[in-house]
Amino acid sequence: MNRFASLLDRLQHEPSRLAKLRLMTDYFRTTADPDRGYGLAALTGALSFKYAKPGLVKALIVSRIDPVLFELSYDYVGDLSETVALLWPVEASARGADHPASLTEVVRRLAESGKIDLPRVLAELLDGLDETGRWALLKLITGAMRIGASARLAKQALADLGGKSANDIEDIWHGLKPPYLDLFAWLEGREPRPVTNDPAPFSPAMLAHAITEEELAELNPHDFRAEWKWDGIRVQAAVGERRSGDKIIRLFSRTGEDISGAFPDLVAMFAELPYRAFSLDGELLIRRDGVVQSFGVLQQRLNRKKVSASLLAEYPAHIRAYDLLSFEGEDLRALPFVERRGRLETFVARAGAARLDLSPQIDFATWDRLAAARRDPASAGAGADATAVEGVMLKRAESIYVPGRPKGLWYKWKRDPFTIDAVLMYAQRGHGKRSSFYSDFTFGLWQGQTERDELVPVGKAYFGFTDEELRRLDRYVRTNTSERYGPVREVAHGKDEGLVLEIAFDGVNRSGRHKSGVAMRFPRINRIRWDKPSREADRLETLEALLKEDERMS
Amino acid sequence: MQAATFLALRPQGLYCEAGDFYIDPLRSVPRALITHGHSDHARAGHDKVLATRDTLAVMALRYGAEFAHEAQVVEYGEELRIGDVAVSLHPAGHVLGSAQILIRGPGARTVVSGDYKREPDPTCAPFELIACDTFVSEATFGLPVFRHSNAAGEIEKLLASLRLFPERAHLVGAYTFGKAQRLIALLRQKGYDRPVFLHGALEKLTDYYVRRGIALGDIRKAAGAGDLAGEIVLCPPTAVSDIWSRKFADPVTSFASGWMRVRARARQSGIELPLVISDHADWDALCTTISETGCSKLLVTHGEADALVHCFKNRGIDAEPLHMLGYGEDEAPEET
Ligand SMILES: [Zn+2]
Ligand SMILES: [Zn+2]
Repeated sequence: MNRFASLLDRLQHEPSRLAKLRLMTDYFRTTADPDRGYGLAALTGALSFKYAKPGLVKALIVSRIDPVLFELSYDYVGDLSETVALLWPVEASARGADHPASLTEVVRRLAESGKIDLPRVLAELLDGLDETGRWALLKLITGAMRIGASARLAKQALADLGGKSANDIEDIWHGLKPPYLDLFAWLEGREPRPVTNDPAPFSPAMLAHAITEEELAELNPHDFRAEWKWDGIRVQAAVGERRSGDKIIRLFSRTGEDISGAFPDLVAMFAELPYRAFSLDGELLIRRDGVVQSFGVLQQRLNRKKVSASLLAEYPAHIRAYDLLSFEGEDLRALPFVERRGRLETFVARAGAARLDLSPQIDFATWDRLAAARRDPASAGAGADATAVEGVMLKRAESIYVPGRPKGLWYKWKRDPFTIDAVLMYAQRGHGKRSSFYSDFTFGLWQGQTERDELVPVGKAYFGFTDEELRRLDRYVRTNTSERYGPVREVAHGKDEGLVLEIAFDGVNRSGRHKSGVAMRFPRINRIRWDKPSREADRLETLEALLKEDERMS
Repeated sequence: MQAATFLALRPQGLYCEAGDFYIDPLRSVPRALITHGHSDHARAGHDKVLATRDTLAVMALRYGAEFAHEAQVVEYGEELRIGDVAVSLHPAGHVLGSAQILIRGPGARTVVSGDYKREPDPTCAPFELIACDTFVSEATFGLPVFRHSNAAGEIEKLLASLRLFPERAHLVGAYTFGKAQRLIALLRQKGYDRPVFLHGALEKLTDYYVRRGIALGDIRKAAGAGDLAGEIVLCPPTAVSDIWSRKFADPVTSFASGWMRVRARARQSGIELPLVISDHADWDALCTTISETGCSKLLVTHGEADALVHCFKNRGIDAEPLHMLGYGEDEAPEET
C-alpha cells in the first residue's frame, strides 16, 4: 500500500503530463503482481468495494482524539481524508509498521468486510499504515480520489511499459479484470495478447474538440458533415450473443459505465431489433408525441432512483443514433465516417423501431449557412426538437473512428452561452487541490418590488476562473465575511456592498429544489466584475423570461 | 500562589520589567535579548543587544556591523545579573546560535524558548530542557495535524526523485539561514557527495557555517553553472517559482518546510516535491516539551495557539495565548 500511496501523493503534486506518465510507468515496472494490478484498477476507477461515508470516518477519528482538536484541525486543513490521516494516533499505527498491508490485502479486506465490521476493518488498516498510506486509503474508500491523472493517462503509462499504443490497451480494456495479470504478462512480452470474448464490449468513445468561429474559417466546409449537437446523454448500445445463444444487451455511458439497469425500455427495444450483434453511438433523449424534450425533462427521469412503470410512461426514452461501430461481427471503425453513416442509415431504416431514429444531417455549403443553422436550429431542420439542440457537431467525412479525442477530426460548435450579472452571496471551501480556498460560490439575483428588493440565490458556480482570480476571490471572501455557518461563509451583500459575478450558463430549467424556482444549466463564472456596483446586477425576471421562452418552444 | 512570570506584553514586544529588557522586540528598544538570528526575531536598530556569539554574527552578516550601538556576547549557560533578575541562555536546537532565555527571580523561573525543536540537527547545539514555572512557547505548528516526518526519510524522497528524473534540475526552496545549511548537512549524512549548488542569496550565511567548522562538503554557486540537470540547487523559497528558475533543466520544484505537511498548501504554491523538514517543534514535540518543563503557566507567543491552549487548560495548566503578531516569517509560506 505504501508504494501505491507514495505514487498517488507524488502524482497529485505533479503538473507535468510527461512526469506523471514516468511516475506511473515506474510504478508498474517496479511493483510486483498482483499489487500493481490493483494499483492500476484504483487509478482507472475500476476498483469496487463498499465505500465509507465521510460520517463514518469522522466517527472513527473523534473516538480517538479530542473533538475540539479535530475541529480546529479540520478547519485548518480543509480536507477530511487528509485531516484524519494526519491526526490518526501514531502509537497505534506503529504496531503494523514492520509489515504494512499491501494494496492487495487492503482491497481484499475491504471487499470482504460487511457494513457492520467496516469501521473496525478500516481502523485496523489505518493502524498499519503511515501517513501517506492512511491518506491514500481514506481517499480510496471515501471515493474522493482526485489525483489529476485520468484513466486514459494510466493506460498511456501502461502502453509505455510495453511499447504499445494507448488504443491497443483501450481495445481490450473492457474485457479485463483486476489485477490484470494477463495484461501485464502481455505488456512484458511473456504471453500473447489477452483475448477478450465479451460478446457486447464497450468501445472507447471518440470525442470532439470545441471550436470557435475563427478557427472554423481555417477549415474547408466541403471536408465536413454536420449534425445537431443534442442536449441529452451520449450513450453506446452494444448487443451480442453468448455461445449459448443468449442475447446480451448493454447500454454504456460515454465513459463505459453500464447504465442498462436504468433504461429497461431501451434494452427491450434493442432486444427486438432484427440483428444478432452490433454497437452504435447515439444520444439518449426523452421523446413525447414525436417531439424531443429539453434536458430539464430528461434530468427528471435521471434523478429518480426507482424505475417505475409510471416513470417509463411519463418519460419515454429514445435513442437518436449517429454512428455504427460494428455490425454482425464486422468492426466498422476503420471505415471513413461517410461510409459508416451509410451503413447506419440502412441499419436504422431496417430496424423499424419507434424508439430509435437517425440524427439528421444539416445541409450547408458554407460556414455562414452553418452559423445560421446554429443560431436558429428550428428553421434549419430541427423543427420542434430545437429545444434539445445545444449546437452543432462537425465530423470530417473521411474520419475513421478513433478512441479518445484525436485532433482535427471531430468538432463541437456549441450555442453561445447566456450571461447574467449576479451577486456573490455565499462561499464554501472547495475540494482536493482547492480545499484551502473558498472556491464554491453561491450567487443571487434581485427580486421583489424596488422598495424592498432582496437577493435570492439562483445557483452555484465553482469554475471558470484562473488560479490568480481564485486567490483574489478567496481573499475577498475572507475579508468580507458577514456570517459563518460551518464550512460556509456568508459574504456581505446588499444594495451598497457586494461583488458582482458575470455568470455564463447554457440554459434554464424549472426547479422545485431552488428557492428561486429556476435552475441554471452548467453555470460558470465568466468574469468577475470588480467594477460593477451590486445594485446594478440582474433581476430574477431575466431568468424567468428565458424559462418561458424555452417552454413556449417545446 | 501564582509565581511571577516577569513578563509583560508591550507594543514593542515581550518586556521584562524586573530586568528592564525586551526579548526579540519588533521595534527599537534600549536593551534587547535576542533568541536567534531569524529576521522576525532579530531586528536591527536597538541600542544594546545581548545574544549568543553566532546570533550576533548572523545579525552582523544580515544588517552590517552597525546593527546596534552595543552588542554583548552571552555564552550558553553563562549567568548574567540584569536588574533584579538572573538571566542565562540555553540551546534551543532551532538554528545555529539559537537560545532559550531563562529568567530567575525570587521563587520563580521563566523560560522564553524563542523558536525551538527537539529533533537532532547536525548544524546546531541540541535543545536543552529547563525546568520552570512559566514556559513561553511558540506554536508555529500548534495543531495535531503537524507531525514532522523523519528528516532522513524526506531526504531519501529527494534522492529518489533525482534517480527517477536524472535529466531534471532539482530546485529546493529553503530558508536562507538554518534550513538551507541543515539540508546540505542532511544530504551529506545520507552519503550524497555530489556538489550542491547555491542561489546567491544563500552564499553569505553558508560561508559562515563553513567558517564555524560545520562540514558541508562541495558547495558551488548556481550562477554560471549551466542548466544543472540532475543536480540539487538550493534557493530561497520565493525563487522556486521566479524567472530565475527558468534557466535550469525542466526543474522539479521542491520546498523544505513544516508547512509541506498539508498537501493543499504545497499544491497551492505549485510545489511538486514537498519535503516536510522543519526547524520548529511539531505538535508532539510542543506537547512533550511543555509537559517536561513542569511549568504551571504556559504563554503562547505566535502561531496556532488555540489548540495548544485548549489542550493544556484541560491538563490543569494556566494557559494563555499572547496573540503576538509579526513573528513566524521563517517558516511562513510565500507571501502573496
Ligand atoms: Zn526562527
Ligand atoms: Zn519564529
